[in-house]
Amino acid sequence: MSSTLLDADDIRRALTRIAHEIVERDKGPEGVALVGIANRGDDLARRLAAEIQAIERSAVPVGALDITFYRDDIGMKAEAPEVHETRIDFDINGKTVVLVDDVLFTGRTIRAAMDALMDFGRPFRIRLAVLVDRGHRELPIRADFVGKNVPTRRTDDVRVRVREVDGEDAVVIARTPDEVSIDAGGEIPSNAGRTP
Amino acid sequence: MNRHLLSMHDVSAEDVTRILDTAGSFQEVGSRVIKKVPALRGRTVVNLFLENSTRTRISFELAAKRLSADVINFASGGSSVSKGESLKDTALTLQAMGADAIVIRHSSSGSPLQLTRWVDGHVLNAGDGTHEHPTQALLDLYTMRERLGRLDGLRVAIVGDVLHSRVARSLSFGLVKVGAEVTLVGPPTLIPPDAGAWGVQVSYDIESVLPKLDVCYMLRVQRERQRLEYFPSVREYNRLFGLSAVRAGLLPEGSLIMHPGPMNRGVEIDSDVADLPQAVIEEQVTNGIAIRMSLLYLLLGGGPPGDAAGAASPAATVPELEAVDG
Amino acid sequence: MGEFLFRRPRVVDPVAGSDDVADVHVADGVIRAIGLDLEAPDAEPIDCAGLVLAPGLVDLHAHLREPGFEHKETIESGTRAAAVGGFTAVTSMANTDPVADNAAVIHEVLELARAAGTCDVFPVGAITRGLHGQEMAELGEMVDAGVRVFSDDGHCVPSARLLRNALTYVRAFEGVVIAEHCEDASLAEGGQMHEGLTSSSLGLAGQPREAEEVVVARDLAVARLTGGRLHLCHLSSAGSVEMVRRAKAEGLRVTAEVTPHHLVFSEEDLLTYDTNMKVNPPLRAGSDRGELRAALADRTIDAIATDHAPHAVEEKEAEFDQAPFGTIGLETALSAVLTHLVEPGELTLARAIEALSTAPAQILGAGDHGGPIEPGRPANLVVFDPSAEWVVEPPFASRSRNSAFLGRRLRGRVVHTMLRGELVVADGKAQR
Repeated sequence: MSSTLLDADDIRRALTRIAHEIVERDKGPEGVALVGIANRGDDLARRLAAEIQAIERSAVPVGALDITFYRDDIGMKAEAPEVHETRIDFDINGKTVVLVDDVLFTGRTIRAAMDALMDFGRPFRIRLAVLVDRGHRELPIRADFVGKNVPTRRTDDVRVRVREVDGEDAVVIARTPDEVSIDAGGEIPSNAGRTP
Repeated sequence: MNRHLLSMHDVSAEDVTRILDTAGSFQEVGSRVIKKVPALRGRTVVNLFLENSTRTRISFELAAKRLSADVINFASGGSSVSKGESLKDTALTLQAMGADAIVIRHSSSGSPLQLTRWVDGHVLNAGDGTHEHPTQALLDLYTMRERLGRLDGLRVAIVGDVLHSRVARSLSFGLVKVGAEVTLVGPPTLIPPDAGAWGVQVSYDIESVLPKLDVCYMLRVQRERQRLEYFPSVREYNRLFGLSAVRAGLLPEGSLIMHPGPMNRGVEIDSDVADLPQAVIEEQVTNGIAIRMSLLYLLLGGGPPGDAAGAASPAATVPELEAVDG
Repeated sequence: MGEFLFRRPRVVDPVAGSDDVADVHVADGVIRAIGLDLEAPDAEPIDCAGLVLAPGLVDLHAHLREPGFEHKETIESGTRAAAVGGFTAVTSMANTDPVADNAAVIHEVLELARAAGTCDVFPVGAITRGLHGQEMAELGEMVDAGVRVFSDDGHCVPSARLLRNALTYVRAFEGVVIAEHCEDASLAEGGQMHEGLTSSSLGLAGQPREAEEVVVARDLAVARLTGGRLHLCHLSSAGSVEMVRRAKAEGLRVTAEVTPHHLVFSEEDLLTYDTNMKVNPPLRAGSDRGELRAALADRTIDAIATDHAPHAVEEKEAEFDQAPFGTIGLETALSAVLTHLVEPGELTLARAIEALSTAPAQILGAGDHGGPIEPGRPANLVVFDPSAEWVVEPPFASRSRNSAFLGRRLRGRVVHTMLRGELVVADGKAQR
């Protein structure tokens, strides 16, 4: 039983707003770099960079970061999680790096992303932009820029589709109590339904 | 993927693609300033090298360390039996140490398979006798794919002492698996009599094969006396099968010259040929680390809960990663 | 000595050519009577309904390892293993330490066998001193000590001239045979298994069937030259079989044996690098196995012999190329033949028993063994249950465990073994 939380236009507007917020917060694009978390976060990051380029007429470096090797659950599933591309062609030292991801949930992906980023250098600061924040943090992590806050149950399944990967832009939620989907390297179930 | 990597028969064509793709990611890691990721943090990888090989051992050691694993090197020049400790006892000791993976190189064919009977961890074959050397074959496939953009339909010749070469076996099996065309070239005494059953062609005339190749893969030919029963002299071997500069000129534009190392310059390959730009021998070595990282990651990165090499904690208390849209 | 009455077994006598249910009465070490519903009030009755009674089995080829290799086997444990397998007579090959190339070692072996008392042992003498293949050993002295078979088993006699001399020399003695292990060292060198597709994919050096065949050809030619009695050990190849067939047709005095494992297994059974399958001569192709079976059925191959070759556990648990060659076989021979040849109909029960008992007894000159089962004959008998199923696993009577049949299920099991009227094995258990 799934329904669409955001359609293509909603997403476009959210990204535009986030782009404005980014340049407003740091008083311009100077020293800002975007790093999208693969998969899909990197496509969103590229779109944000294009928006910022349109607003401020100056280019902001964009990179893609795969965090598979920094996950905290390696060796716990039947198959080793699938790896995507990492490409950070610029120096992150001293920059304000904005991590970009599609959905913020438990916070573990962001934790892994920060560890990965630190191996590339020492950013001046790290901020976080997400398209959807669905709550249920398991680590003390918060987003600086949010497209939409969506209250969910732990067992709900929230998926972002981007046209570069899925052929369309949409944020879809499946609110079925027992449905827990597992992707090798993709969505991993949260601690939903389990006692700590 | 299979639990162990003992031979090329343990991987499917899809597995090969996965291994090579993942190696690409590790190649990128190798280009960073910090060439290390925490993926196998806290795991123990043992290099059980009972046959001498510095370069392969270093390659595996680097691979494991760049994955943040702990590495133990267990090397001995001679057979374990001659040193007084049987392979079985060595295996049981490693098992007691909690080795998550054992990389074994041994002069006896079949010893990696025997090892799997005594240990719970993952076993990787780094070369056993005259049987197989799958990690070498995989890094060679990776090199070919990187340089030539594909593997399907590639025309590859493997030249030299195929009979005694575990590299030749693994590479032949691997190339056939991914749809390449393989021709074995060498004196009849050094080509296994039933090689036809491997799905390959055989030729005793190197010059007729060279003009139609994408890859010319030279094998090391040993000078040792025992091999001389198979051909009368090194001089004659070089004359008939050596890759000279003139012969290298017969290769089509854009084709590769490869060698698993170490080279016998002047025997199977002339010095000036080994230094040509189309000879990608050093690249093979670099790629070796990425491939070995890929294999260690894919083998140890998977595993059902409760598996000795995988999760230690039961599912209920396993912390899990936030949904990353996949 | 006890008195026994075997009640209604199926008595299979390859010499008499009979296969009938009958009682067998044994007393004072000999067979007293055979017939239906025998009266023997003082005899201990043994119910044999559904069981087969046959002449005790005779093994032409076994390594009992004593003196010198007692960690693998002793004469005591080896003869016990033989009895458990239904054998009442077994040879003991000469590759001991010291080598059995003189009467002193022969006497020692005979004495140890007498002391164990579980199975008759026929020691085999070496053809050459120390098995070095250079000088003939003192064959005549060994004949006086009781030897009837000479073999350098483990090696073939390297020079045709030496073989010619040995075959000629022993014509001075009654009933003596030269047994050859046919293997050309230069072709077989380094070979771990049969040379073929399997050895290639396992990355193991192989030896071709020609390593055996060139020596079989040579030996048959020398047998023709000398008119001597030649026995060929553990044949493994179809080509060898064909040559023996022609030699027999020609009238040469040649006999041949085959092992149970060569009748059952083939090179593919080595795909797991199982060292218990590492034997010499190696397990060859399925086609060779088929020819061996046909040759056994048509008597081109006279006898089945186990080539029982014990090795300690740690020796066999080594890397494949380090492990010694050989499999034990005394305790599984009958069952293996019943399960894999008789049951599927490739061999008749009568022929199987002839090959395991009568024929080897004749070659060996073991007059007290091999049947016929008739009054006055020494009571050397085996009683087995042809339908009992069992799994081959330790503990074995043998000191060693290297069985090619390890972990396999066989059908047919020895119940009683009687040596000169004494039950050395009763209800499947050795009594000594």
